[in-house]
Amino acid sequence: MQVPILKQGGVLIATIQAALSDADLLELRNALVHQVVRYRSSGVIVDVTAMDVMDSFASRTLLEISHMIRLRGADTVIVGIQPEVAFAMVQLGLTLEDIPTALDLEEGLDYLQQKNSRSIN
Amino acid sequence: MADDTQIHITSDKDVVTARQHGRAVALQAGFSLSEATLIATAISELARNIVSYAQQGSITLRPVNGSSGLRGLTVVASDSGPGITDIAQALRDGYSSSGGLGLGLPGVRRLMDEFDIASPAGGGTTVTVTKWRP
Repeated sequence: MQVPILKQGGVLIATIQAALSDADLLELRNALVHQVVRYRSSGVIVDVTAMDVMDSFASRTLLEISHMIRLRGADTVIVGIQPEVAFAMVQLGLTLEDIPTALDLEEGLDYLQQKNSRSIN
Repeated sequence: MADDTQIHITSDKDVVTARQHGRAVALQAGFSLSEATLIATAISELARNIVSYAQQGSITLRPVNGSSGLRGLTVVASDSGPGITDIAQALRDGYSSSGGLGLGLPGVRRLMDEFDIASPAGGGTTVTVTKWRP
């Protein structure tokens, strides 16, 4: 299951559309890091609305994505964590502390836009 | 009472299959979406442990009846891998022998109501967990 990555201006949007295996998650991580370099993107949004479960492996991979992209000087926002998924994550002990999260794609884009305009001014 | 469902675990794709079955069986057994997601998350961790440490094994889903009409779902994760030498250490938050986050087993324990682990000398690990319907 490949995750489509859309380029919208300086932002890459990866929309997860079904449950992902560990191999799929690693593929997504590698593809995002490559594309951030290729397109000189300033931000990345990972939309996890369709993710059924966020376990320790998925969380670790999202953290890795965010850290790798941070090293390129770009920001990552995770959007669309479902309420029941958030509930299970907290019980498991996962908080994704270092990564900004937003309710949905629109708010994720707003966040990146604000961050970008701040860094320019 | 519904029959057991057994899923063979040999790869990371089976981890996804197992947790999807788990969620479906939990919903069928009357658990809420939130509880079914807790169970699916626990199954995901247990199934990944099988792939990471034993290469293969199985996840068994078993709807159960407890005392005083309580209904629940038992998940048995079983493998014949090398086993766990120090169970107390494996249950400690933040401990990982595989470079993971170290939340697997202690996390599963928090997600479920009952937790039992057996890893006899000679190999093999069986983790049995149960969630009861409130």
